[in-house]
Amino acid sequence: MESGIFHTTYQADTALRRTPIQKLRLAAVIAFVLIFPFVANNYYLTLANQIGIAVIGAIGLNILVGYTGQISLGQGGFLAVGAYTAGLLATRLGVPFWLTIPIACVVTALVGGVFGIPSLRLKGLYLAIATLAAQEIIQWLIVHWDAVTGGVEALVVPHSVLFGFNLNAGNSDFHWYWIILGAATFTVVFTVNLFRSRVGRAFVAIRDQDIAAEVMGVNLFTYKMLAFAVSSFFVGLAGALTAHYRLIVTWERFTIETSIIYLAMIIIGGMGSVSGSIYGAIFITLLPAVLNNLGRSLSGFVPGISGVIPMIQQGVFGLVIILFLILEPEGIAKLWRNVKDYFRLWPFSY
Amino acid sequence: MDLLLQLTVSGLTNGAVYALVALGFVLIYKSSDVINFAQGELLLVGAYLAFFFVAQLGLFWPIGVLLALIVAGALGVLIERLVLQPLIGEPIISVIMVTIGLSSLLRAVVNGIWTPRPRPFPGFIPDTDVNIFGAVVSADRLWAIGLSFLLLGLFTLFFRRSSEGVAMRAVADDQQAALSMGISVKRVFAIAWSISALTATVGGIVLANIIGVSGDISLIGLRVFPVVILGGLDSIPGAIIGGLVIGLLEAWTGGYMGQGLSQVLPFVVLVLILMVRPYGLFGQEIIERV
Repeated sequence: MESGIFHTTYQADTALRRTPIQKLRLAAVIAFVLIFPFVANNYYLTLANQIGIAVIGAIGLNILVGYTGQISLGQGGFLAVGAYTAGLLATRLGVPFWLTIPIACVVTALVGGVFGIPSLRLKGLYLAIATLAAQEIIQWLIVHWDAVTGGVEALVVPHSVLFGFNLNAGNSDFHWYWIILGAATFTVVFTVNLFRSRVGRAFVAIRDQDIAAEVMGVNLFTYKMLAFAVSSFFVGLAGALTAHYRLIVTWERFTIETSIIYLAMIIIGGMGSVSGSIYGAIFITLLPAVLNNLGRSLSGFVPGISGVIPMIQQGVFGLVIILFLILEPEGIAKLWRNVKDYFRLWPFSY
Repeated sequence: MDLLLQLTVSGLTNGAVYALVALGFVLIYKSSDVINFAQGELLLVGAYLAFFFVAQLGLFWPIGVLLALIVAGALGVLIERLVLQPLIGEPIISVIMVTIGLSSLLRAVVNGIWTPRPRPFPGFIPDTDVNIFGAVVSADRLWAIGLSFLLLGLFTLFFRRSSEGVAMRAVADDQQAALSMGISVKRVFAIAWSISALTATVGGIVLANIIGVSGDISLIGLRVFPVVILGGLDSIPGAIIGGLVIGLLEAWTGGYMGQGLSQVLPFVVLVLILMVRPYGLFGQEIIERV
């Protein structure tokens, strides 16, 4: 906490951004995301959109894993539920996209709630394995229930039209940037405020000590189910946005690998931290792209490097997870806090 | 009737392979409470090590396999020291994630050294067809059954008779108490990982003999979860029984109801077991009501 800042109203004291420098940083971030699409080319816009979707999904997962302490390896399955619900509604029933997205969120929330039921009996490790089973079962249903999902065939989603304006025509990355930005902003603001409310505090209490939480009057059944539902709501949002943005839904995008990538985001970014989810989503989305570019620019000097890029990506991914867990278990969010602390107290850091 | 017999035999032999993989898994969990998501990758490394020594260096196969086992055992100790030890006392999610990261890293290293191209495994384990009461089964699968029961016997003896085995059981029971009795918990963990890597190498060799040397070997790592949950995460006989039951279940559903269903059924069983009896058939019952 900075010295020399005195709050004279409760309103100022409970604000999310309390110091001038925090407000300045927020303003800089807002200015950046607003100016970015006008100066960036399509490649960077695509990356930005991927990051935006990853941010939503990572925050959703962090609500469950980081804040409520319920380990989930079923993220890929829940993303698939969101994406397929939105995609199928748009393809088979011709529902407009602005309606499919909320429906997909609600459906995913319900499915998440149902898969949350085992969490009442299972904790930690066993819950992780149960969600792994959920992942495998959802994936199997998608591949084998081909009358509805199309099975292994890719589901081609129609273009999204808003008030007669085709979002996927022309500069579709630019159009979708704003929609994804809006959804991500909603997710961030909602989640930050969720953990200032009774419900969010109850989630954290369950994570820290479930029995103590129950003694204090937190109904474990209700709140664990709620945590699964809220988390899956946002995961469904990420899935639905993927479906409409990419115009194609295939089961390969929602395997256990996807679950692991999202878990890596919140581990590397910082568990139980909204800003951590954002840093993690940026880091993990950019990592393969950066390695890819690096490899391509090196291919002139090192022959044959382009062939091993996927392997290097996989290896670095694993290495980064291990190193973060060993060296900085609280992730990038903690690193960033350390940097801020250093400069705040500089030059008298003791 | 012939179909049933054939399915039963092939189910039991597949189950023996599962059991072999599950053994290494249970060993690590039993002593250090770590769920090892990289068990499939340990198999992969073991298979490629044996492939390297026997096929690429052209060593006489018992020597090659012995060298592979030594290297794998050392690798197990190395992994435990470098990766798992710093995480003692950290939350479960960290331990799970670190083994997941490890699996990614190991797969990348194996692909980097040997390229992902599938290759045949040098056939020192005979794969001729054997006829059992009219059911035809390949001999390498019988090796899997034999090896898993041999290892079961060895492990049972090890845990009952040797002081290291007793120390491991003590650590599994209560780390604090074991420490105060003068048992080096670090040493126990290292032994557990090296034995597990050895078992994985044996499993990897058997599996590579059946499906060839390729990245597909590591896929069995996830498929083994239903086995260990069914048998109980900390029970060695449970791993064998669980492996055989899941193998039979897969073979029967695959034979009578189609291949598709046999892939998902183990996971359905897993969920049911978790709901009814989370500690499995033979696992130690830890009662904790939420």
